[in-house]
Amino acid sequence: MTAVISISGLHKFFGPTHALDGLDLTVEEGEVHGFLGPNGSGKTTTLRILLGLLRADSGTARLLGGDPWHDATELHRRLAYVPGDVMLWPSLTGGEIIDLLGRMRGGLNIRRRDELLERFELDTRKKGRSYSKGNRQKVALIAALASNVELLLLDEPTAGLDPLMDAIFREYITEERHNGRTVLLSSHILAEVEALCNRVTIIREGRVVESGSLAELRHLTRTSIKAVLARPAPGLDGLPGVYDLQSDGSRVRFEVDTDQLNAVLAHLTSVGIKDLISQPPTLEELFMLHYRGRLKGGEEEGKNTKESR
Amino acid sequence: MKSLVGAGRVIWLILRRDRFLLFLWIAALALTPLMFASAFQELYPTAEQRQAFVATSGRNPSFLLLFGPIFDSSIGALTAWRSAPVVVLVGLASLLTVIRHTRVEEETGRRELLGSTVVGRHSQLASALIVTFGANLALAALLALGMIGMGHPPVGSIAFGLSLAAVGWVFAAVGSVTAQLTESSAAARGIAIGALGLSYLLRAVGDVGEEGSRLSWLSWLSALGWAQRVRAYAGERWWILALALGFVVILVFAAMLLSSRRDVGAGVLRPRLGPAAAPPWLRGPMSLAWRLHRNTLFAWIAGFAVFGVMYGGVADNVVTLLGDSPQLRLIFERIGGTAALVDAFFAGIMGIFALAASAYAVQAALRLRVEETALRAEPVLATSVRRLSWAAGHLIFAVIGPVVLLAVAGFTSGMTYGLISGDLSHQLPRVLAAAMVQLPAVWVLVGISVALFGLLPRLSAVSWGALALFLLIGQVGPVMQLSQWILDLSPFTHVPNLPGGELSMAPLALLFGVGAGLTAAGLTGLARRDIGSGAG
Repeated sequence: MTAVISISGLHKFFGPTHALDGLDLTVEEGEVHGFLGPNGSGKTTTLRILLGLLRADSGTARLLGGDPWHDATELHRRLAYVPGDVMLWPSLTGGEIIDLLGRMRGGLNIRRRDELLERFELDTRKKGRSYSKGNRQKVALIAALASNVELLLLDEPTAGLDPLMDAIFREYITEERHNGRTVLLSSHILAEVEALCNRVTIIREGRVVESGSLAELRHLTRTSIKAVLARPAPGLDGLPGVYDLQSDGSRVRFEVDTDQLNAVLAHLTSVGIKDLISQPPTLEELFMLHYRGRLKGGEEEGKNTKESR
Repeated sequence: MKSLVGAGRVIWLILRRDRFLLFLWIAALALTPLMFASAFQELYPTAEQRQAFVATSGRNPSFLLLFGPIFDSSIGALTAWRSAPVVVLVGLASLLTVIRHTRVEEETGRRELLGSTVVGRHSQLASALIVTFGANLALAALLALGMIGMGHPPVGSIAFGLSLAAVGWVFAAVGSVTAQLTESSAAARGIAIGALGLSYLLRAVGDVGEEGSRLSWLSWLSALGWAQRVRAYAGERWWILALALGFVVILVFAAMLLSSRRDVGAGVLRPRLGPAAAPPWLRGPMSLAWRLHRNTLFAWIAGFAVFGVMYGGVADNVVTLLGDSPQLRLIFERIGGTAALVDAFFAGIMGIFALAASAYAVQAALRLRVEETALRAEPVLATSVRRLSWAAGHLIFAVIGPVVLLAVAGFTSGMTYGLISGDLSHQLPRVLAAAMVQLPAVWVLVGISVALFGLLPRLSAVSWGALALFLLIGQVGPVMQLSQWILDLSPFTHVPNLPGGELSMAPLALLFGVGAGLTAAGLTGLARRDIGSGAG
């Protein structure tokens, strides 16, 4: 596996604003990489630097083995980009724009375009000005998915799509994953990233707070346990890594740091387990933990993660 | 009046957004006539001098065409007459303001945001009109007070101010109607400006003959004609203002009616469907630029052709007119014969065409910035299109567009004049050359626009300020007898005085060099800078 995107120590200032603060990001060939972060965290700025639209102030960025600023035009033949805010020329039709973007990128698969048009139910004869946000998004998505490229850079591509179209989009990305195309998917929709991505990078205020496969990241947080025990378990709340314990006789509910799971389960087994439900953390919980800026400890965040489910 | 709920807040919002812009056009358009007044005072201080001026200029067809008839020899009446171009600009500013706060708001989707709050159906339209009407009244008051302050008759001054405001109101109302018609604000603007152009043409053609001639009724079909016929300082006719007001009421009523019969975001005219796939030729930045610029260019070519034929058609009258006045004939023979008068007329006309072509050129060059801030540059530059190729696509129109426009103006006016005077083979090349010699000055404005776009993108719009400055220097500079170094700031000062004058290459080469240098600097800046709406 070779890195399609490798960024290290990237800084970008807009006047006094420190948009990227030493960002690192590696995307391997053939993976669908989720790029998560709240609004204004630097996702779009990173993508624009990768596209050679913005120039980094310091740090290195490599894309498809080239320099995104100096080799922009050559690299752009091998990638397709869907901006977060798709703006179309008001006087051109959707069909014209799809074809034009494809041709400027270096090739469009006509059969695939027609298939995509049918699946996404887009009327290509309408003028750019009369499309809704969702339909503008479809125009850019179809143009990108129908292009013969190695890498897709997608900036919140499903904002504005209805759930039906969202499902079709997921189908296509899953297909791309099987075909070995590399995808960098910026998003703040966690379910989407969880469903589509092999690996995830979470950023906040221009720097990475977490990066790895979903399995790796889940290690860093808590699992919620519901159990019915043979008898009340004394000393459970004294174990390290246990939070929010609620016990009702032999029924217990609590959260446990995933790396303490083994010790806690051993304790429960010694008491005797009649029934046990264990739930892995969702990405949502990961996300909420990071955005509060605290990974471990603290009572209220435990409550909040429960509410968010 | 449920449909007007929240109008107060919308008015406040408009005033907040436009506080500089409104102030700027109100002040500029009110002050220009005052400058004319003080210039007339200085140049023709005595009544005899002014009567002599009226006796000649008042019957000069090219003046009738540009400014209309003179009704009296007082300084006030002369100022009102000379302010005819200002009146056109008042109409233009008014219709642009209304469309900016109605159709543009809908096109960008901001209207929807506002419409979801407690704001009535007609509030946006009504607020835009109220602000524009108010701005015109402020302009009228400023102008009237200024004229009164300079010692001109108060009644005439009020009539003068109101005649400008009346035109502003009419074209604000015209804008409110066209804003209902189309989904695109550019089309709404185009139709409204077309109506203004038609008004100008009707007035010009109607005024070329003496009053009472065969075509003079045409002026009565034009709101610009009404403004003149209010006859400020020359026996005011107030009922014409009532006529204008009645017209405004009808138009506003029509706009409200149209607005209540359509959806937000939609136009009364349904947009047509286009091709489902791109034609084979649409494949790169050049062909994209052609698609984006062609309709605008065609409209400008048509406008240049119409005005070219019109100006060419009246040039011959300049000579005929002099048949009546042996003294004038003597004067002109001394300075080079009647031919010199025709030449001077064409030189002046080509100067105006050059300014118009510059406006086209600035607009075409700044399309780059529009594409960038509207986030339409990004998807193109994310393909294998180079920045410079993308820029070149648009700049071809900024550079070659004026060549085509001035050629059309030179050809149509030279051809018409040549056919009328029966001297086609001699006149056509001379007039055409007079048009083409303006190009290097026009390209200086292209250079300024590209330099700003490349190096200081946030200040791109300052290019319009440069054009306005050059226009002002050309219009007011000689009259105000400004010092030479100020006049020299304008590239148009350096254009050889053709036809008739001497064609010297040195200033043309200099202008060309300045334009090319600025363009190169701008493109170098573009290659290095960040792209994006916030860049700059």
